[in-house]
Amino acid sequence: MTQADFNTVLPEFVLAIYAMGALMFGVYTTKDKAAPVILWVTSGLMLALALYIGVRGDNARDAFGGMFIDDPFARFAKVMILTSGAAVMLMSEDYMQRRGLLRFEFPILIVLATVGMMVMVSAADLMTLYMGLELQSLSLYVIAALRRDSPKSTEAGLKYFVLGALSSGLLLYGASLTYGFAGTTQFAGILAVLKDGEVPLGLLFGLVFMLSGMAFKVSAAPFHMWTPDVYEGSPTPVTAFFATAPKVAAMCLIARVIYDAFGSIPGDWGQVLAALSVASMFLGAVAAIGQKDIKRLMAYSSIAHMGFALMGLAAGTAQGVQAMMIYMAIYVTMNVGTFAFIMAMERDGRPVTDIAALNHYAKREPGKALAMLVLMFSLAGVPPMLGFFGKFGVLQAAVDADMVWLALAGAVASVIGAYYYLRIVFFMYFGKENDGIDTNMGAVQWVMLMGVAVIMVVGIANLFGIEPVAAMAAEALVR
Amino acid sequence: MDNLLSVITLIPAVAALVLALFLRGDDAAAQMNAKWTALFATTATFVISLFVLIRFDPANTGFQMLESYAWIFGLQYKMGVDGISVLFVMLTTFLMPLVILSCWDVTVRVKEYMIAFLMLECLMLGVFCALDLVLFYLFFEAGLIPMFLIIGIWGGKERIYAAFKFFLYTFLGSVLMLVAMIAMYFQAGTTDIVALLNHSFASDTIAVAGFQIVGGVQTLLWLAFFASFAVKMPMWPVHTWLPDAHVQAPTAGSVVLAAILLKMGGYGFLRFSLPMFPVASELLAPLIFWMSAIAIVYTSLVALAQTDMKKLIAYSSVAHMGYVTMGIFAANQQGIDGAIFQMLSHGFISGALFLCVGVIYDRMHTREIDAYGGLVNRMPAYALVFMFFTMANVGLPGTSGFVGEFLTLTGIFQVNTWVALVATSGVILSAAYALWLYRRVVFGDLIKEALKTITDMTRREKAVFAPLIAATLILGIYPSLVTDIIGPSVKTLVTDYQAALSVADATQVAQNAESVGP
Repeated sequence: MTQADFNTVLPEFVLAIYAMGALMFGVYTTKDKAAPVILWVTSGLMLALALYIGVRGDNARDAFGGMFIDDPFARFAKVMILTSGAAVMLMSEDYMQRRGLLRFEFPILIVLATVGMMVMVSAADLMTLYMGLELQSLSLYVIAALRRDSPKSTEAGLKYFVLGALSSGLLLYGASLTYGFAGTTQFAGILAVLKDGEVPLGLLFGLVFMLSGMAFKVSAAPFHMWTPDVYEGSPTPVTAFFATAPKVAAMCLIARVIYDAFGSIPGDWGQVLAALSVASMFLGAVAAIGQKDIKRLMAYSSIAHMGFALMGLAAGTAQGVQAMMIYMAIYVTMNVGTFAFIMAMERDGRPVTDIAALNHYAKREPGKALAMLVLMFSLAGVPPMLGFFGKFGVLQAAVDADMVWLALAGAVASVIGAYYYLRIVFFMYFGKENDGIDTNMGAVQWVMLMGVAVIMVVGIANLFGIEPVAAMAAEALVR
Repeated sequence: MDNLLSVITLIPAVAALVLALFLRGDDAAAQMNAKWTALFATTATFVISLFVLIRFDPANTGFQMLESYAWIFGLQYKMGVDGISVLFVMLTTFLMPLVILSCWDVTVRVKEYMIAFLMLECLMLGVFCALDLVLFYLFFEAGLIPMFLIIGIWGGKERIYAAFKFFLYTFLGSVLMLVAMIAMYFQAGTTDIVALLNHSFASDTIAVAGFQIVGGVQTLLWLAFFASFAVKMPMWPVHTWLPDAHVQAPTAGSVVLAAILLKMGGYGFLRFSLPMFPVASELLAPLIFWMSAIAIVYTSLVALAQTDMKKLIAYSSVAHMGYVTMGIFAANQQGIDGAIFQMLSHGFISGALFLCVGVIYDRMHTREIDAYGGLVNRMPAYALVFMFFTMANVGLPGTSGFVGEFLTLTGIFQVNTWVALVATSGVILSAAYALWLYRRVVFGDLIKEALKTITDMTRREKAVFAPLIAATLILGIYPSLVTDIIGPSVKTLVTDYQAALSVADATQVAQNAESVGP
């Protein structure tokens, strides 16, 4: 362990140390009264680290004997994870505070999960991968059950834990097969074995099991079952967090594994990913139609969106990875805005998640309704909103990789999916008069909602310049 | 000014933004301000678009007033007009001030209403000016959002169903087009429409999942585009969204829908299907012909049976669009000239007919034909205007409706006599339903109690109709105004189309000779 190694993992190291320090501070001083302070300091630190990682330079470095890699791809993912985590945390404060949920453990658990995610996207070894994944998952299980007195929240936590454990088991089994047949846990070593000649059948089994385990984490169909229940049961800010940063991390982890460890057999994982992609897009689109709860609806929406992101990966090209990265960036941004709104939905001080409660909302709050309208059309992928360009990118990648059928399936799924986003618009604008809801937003939530809506429209000018950055990230991965 | 097209496209959008950001309140004064702002913006757009027409050189068959800037994903922001699109731009800018004026009496959420129409104008102009595939798609598709809201918020009783049907039908067609566009980009390496027009897509027979596809890639791409434009147009049998949307939409919404939005389908056929996929167009033209012929006869018969005025006019629109598709795929000078002419003339006539329904709907709040009768006794001016447009709809010589029908029928006669025969019977049917409607609404004795106090058209309403009457008459009497502008571009289109076909035939023959040979 040299200084260079620590220099490479500096952001993760700082965050881990900070998490422990903050935990001590919380326990020994003022307990929950310090929570807002910890929350703001944590968000500040995460944003600062995102900035630091963003300007850190563009060379790729590895650490700890090649178990950890820090390249443009990892940096792009980390910036997304850190900023979205911080954004969700900031807009949660108001909600948590008012419902007495703001315990000082909340920001700290998010930090720990974030550290796990950062390790995941930088993994260059099966051990690193599993460590990062478990650190992330364990923290998430706990915050899913944050509202201890609510049976639904506890159920969500437990369900997440049991199914998460199953997926970890699958992943570990795949990793052990891979290790057994490749003789090494390092990605570079696995790749060398694959390139050496005949591909051992055991390695393929290992690959499929590992992909299944990771598909659980991105909630791709048919490994999606936990998602709606967990989304519905968890407190809304926690759901918002689930829908953003962990999805980015898991998606990037898949990209990391398939390219760094199995990059020489794109035909084999391409089929698996394409199947996952089609299943997710259609399941997400069809199953969401009957939903009455906006959080469940967002769960199915995220399943469908993961299907589209997987389409980029299934293409098996640098262009596909680039499209996936851009898709995830847009997806995360849209979700931050949407959840800022969902958090504010309440009636007589109690949170409401029933879609029908949005009836006639546009009459009372035209500004916020317009912002939601933009977001819904963007989620549906209707031009000219930014969401369309996310879909355009992955469809383009799929067609370029000669997977026209996949692109066609995606096109059809997006039409089916448009229906339920339109339904929300329909309730807001055309609905009948009823007792309705209040959406008294904290300043941060308001800024997030309006900011994201503006981004969705203004971003079409040049995507805020993330296109070349994503291209650089993709090229670093697909060599 | 080198960016005239961007200017006219953006003026309405800027006006919409100004309304959205700076207009507060919902009192009478604020409503008037919204209406005046919208009227001013649309009129300014029209005035500036006149400069486009003046600067346009008909003899130049390429694209003019080009603007091009790099954009994301290797796309570009490229605008330009040629002889085919310039008149659609003019049609849009000409009609929009009238549309705004026609909804002067609206009092429900006026600000949003005006914003929706302004955004719609911006997007419609964008469709006709865009010279990049994805930019075109962006405008084409985004136009759904304001129309969805216009039907859904300000529409009639069944508005929700109509709005959803409208949106999902059109959206499904459009995403297939998007995939085709990406495939085109993949094949040709560019999304620039000008470059694509000069690119010849492969037309060799290929096998997809065991099926032999004659015309190959071209056929597949053609079908994907067809899915979108046929719905938009709308062609029988995918026209069913149109009557619902028309009946439920507010008057101004119907006008825009019938007069401009439907034309996007025809424009799409002319811009993409015909010149880019000539082999497939040739191959599938009989399908289009018969679908058009069925549309003309069938929807005319359906129109006869309607009890709702708007629905009747909506079905008549479908029939008239049948002439357009028929003319386009006849692929000769008369046919295409006629199709464009018919689209422009239908823009004035159907728009005016929906306005006519709007006039009495505003007074009686019903569109049932049975609720009227004998209007001529109390509304002479209205009876005159309505008669004029009924005649134009029938295709009376001297009105623009005649020229379009005549030219398209001449065009199709040269290609397929049987289709021409069937289609011509539509002229008689259209006279039947239109005159019968007119008789039931306007003639007879004024016996209905509710109608005894009805008032004739106001000065504002007359002002809306006057330009439409003038346009219909002028184009009917002196059609060269239009054909001089579109003629050279259409001629190039036809020549290129025939040339592409003979090249494809030659290669086909050569390949056959090879396979037969030694």
